[in-house]
Amino acid sequence: MILTDADLQAIGLTLRLASTVTVLLLLLGTPLAWWLARTSSWLKAPIGALVALPLVLPPTVLGFYLLVAMGPNGPLGQLTQSLGLGSLAFSFWGLVVGSIFYSLPFVVQPIQNSIEAMGARPLEIAATLGAGPIDRFFTVVVPLAKGGIITAAVLGFAHTIGEFGVVLMIGGNIPGETRVLSVQIYDHVEALEYGRAHWLAAGMLVFSFLTLLTLYVFQGRKRRSNALSFGG
Amino acid sequence: MIKSHYLLLLACLLSATVRAETLTIAVASNFAKPMSEIARAFEKESNHSVRVAFGSSGKLAAQLLQGAPFHMFFSADQDKPELLLKRGIATSGSSFTYALGGLALWSSDPTIDPERVLREGSFTKIALANPRLAPYGIAATEVLLNLALLEASKPRWVLGENIAQTYQFVESGNAELGFVATSQIMENGKLIKGASWPVPQNLHNPIRQDAVLIGKQPSRAAREFAAFVRGAEVTNIIERYGYQTVEADSRAAP
Repeated sequence: MILTDADLQAIGLTLRLASTVTVLLLLLGTPLAWWLARTSSWLKAPIGALVALPLVLPPTVLGFYLLVAMGPNGPLGQLTQSLGLGSLAFSFWGLVVGSIFYSLPFVVQPIQNSIEAMGARPLEIAATLGAGPIDRFFTVVVPLAKGGIITAAVLGFAHTIGEFGVVLMIGGNIPGETRVLSVQIYDHVEALEYGRAHWLAAGMLVFSFLTLLTLYVFQGRKRRSNALSFGG
Repeated sequence: MIKSHYLLLLACLLSATVRAETLTIAVASNFAKPMSEIARAFEKESNHSVRVAFGSSGKLAAQLLQGAPFHMFFSADQDKPELLLKRGIATSGSSFTYALGGLALWSSDPTIDPERVLREGSFTKIALANPRLAPYGIAATEVLLNLALLEASKPRWVLGENIAQTYQFVESGNAELGFVATSQIMENGKLIKGASWPVPQNLHNPIRQDAVLIGKQPSRAAREFAAFVRGAEVTNIIERYGYQTVEADSRAAP
């Protein structure tokens, strides 16, 4: 076997983390994207900027502040302790919280874009036909913004798989709990075991490429079919 | 007239730059603080300047294997300098032990007794450097083994990728305890903050830290720096950060 048990454990953990984060991000990100796309509040720009911050911030900044915030004197640490949940640092759920921040723009922005592209018209029509807000969301927004939601899910998942800096800083490298694939690769490289690093690194490269390729092929088809239907 | 002044000035600058070199030194994280002081002392004494790159020994060694342009490498162990010698990247015959590392069990909470907390097991997380990568991590596991706490403590380990990150885990309070390098928590022979237990040396193998010159023909400045590090002034600096030097060690040996 080329991959050791520790490698397989890291792969399993990474997939579990990315799936958990993607589901939570779709639940949290869709209403947020909806609000950002539709609001005319002055808060739109500052909230939009906050959501986009992880795109430009080095993960070390996010990781460092998360580590401080999760500490016994930090706001997150005090919150989780008062709820009797213990500390988030060095735990799977700590990584989930960190990844939600880190991957937020990758989920919010595609959904926001597709809701904005949809415009207000379909919703107004649905409203005149008597659909309530929740009904409108599920029967109009979700089907029309489907492309954006799928893109968001794929990017959120792939980005969490590729996360490294934040995990390194708040994870503590615990096997089966916080030692994800990128950290395992880093450890192999640091230990100068390049052979073992290559298998995992190449696997990750191929996976990431195929994920993006699938996404772009899907988007390309969608755009063409949209163009056809508008043309026809 | 003015022009010739400029030419003269330019000539002076050029001749100065020909002799003065900029050394780039790769240094294991645990030795970051003493090295900053050593570099400053060397710059004061010579006309060379020193740039220092810090990181884990493993990462720095990996970079050197790929041709990183460092003049000298201060590892946290002996294996990596040896590997670089074997691969012909380090200058043969240039390796020497510059320090013996000191290990401390440290807490950022000054009110606790780290040794007692460790022995009683009254903690939820203990930080150590990853023993697969860092010699301070190996020493920490030896200590736990000798105290018969290795298996019991294992589920509560959090591993820093190097000793600097291990320090960060303890400093932020996310781990109550951690095995760090004495140099990180001491300044001028005094504990900077928190509470520490200097681990007795009989609980782990000595952490021998070797340095090597890089390249087949190291520059004069690099040789000067290597000689400077072994001098009495630097030995003093190194020992003030809680390290032992080889001379002191051989005196202590029977």
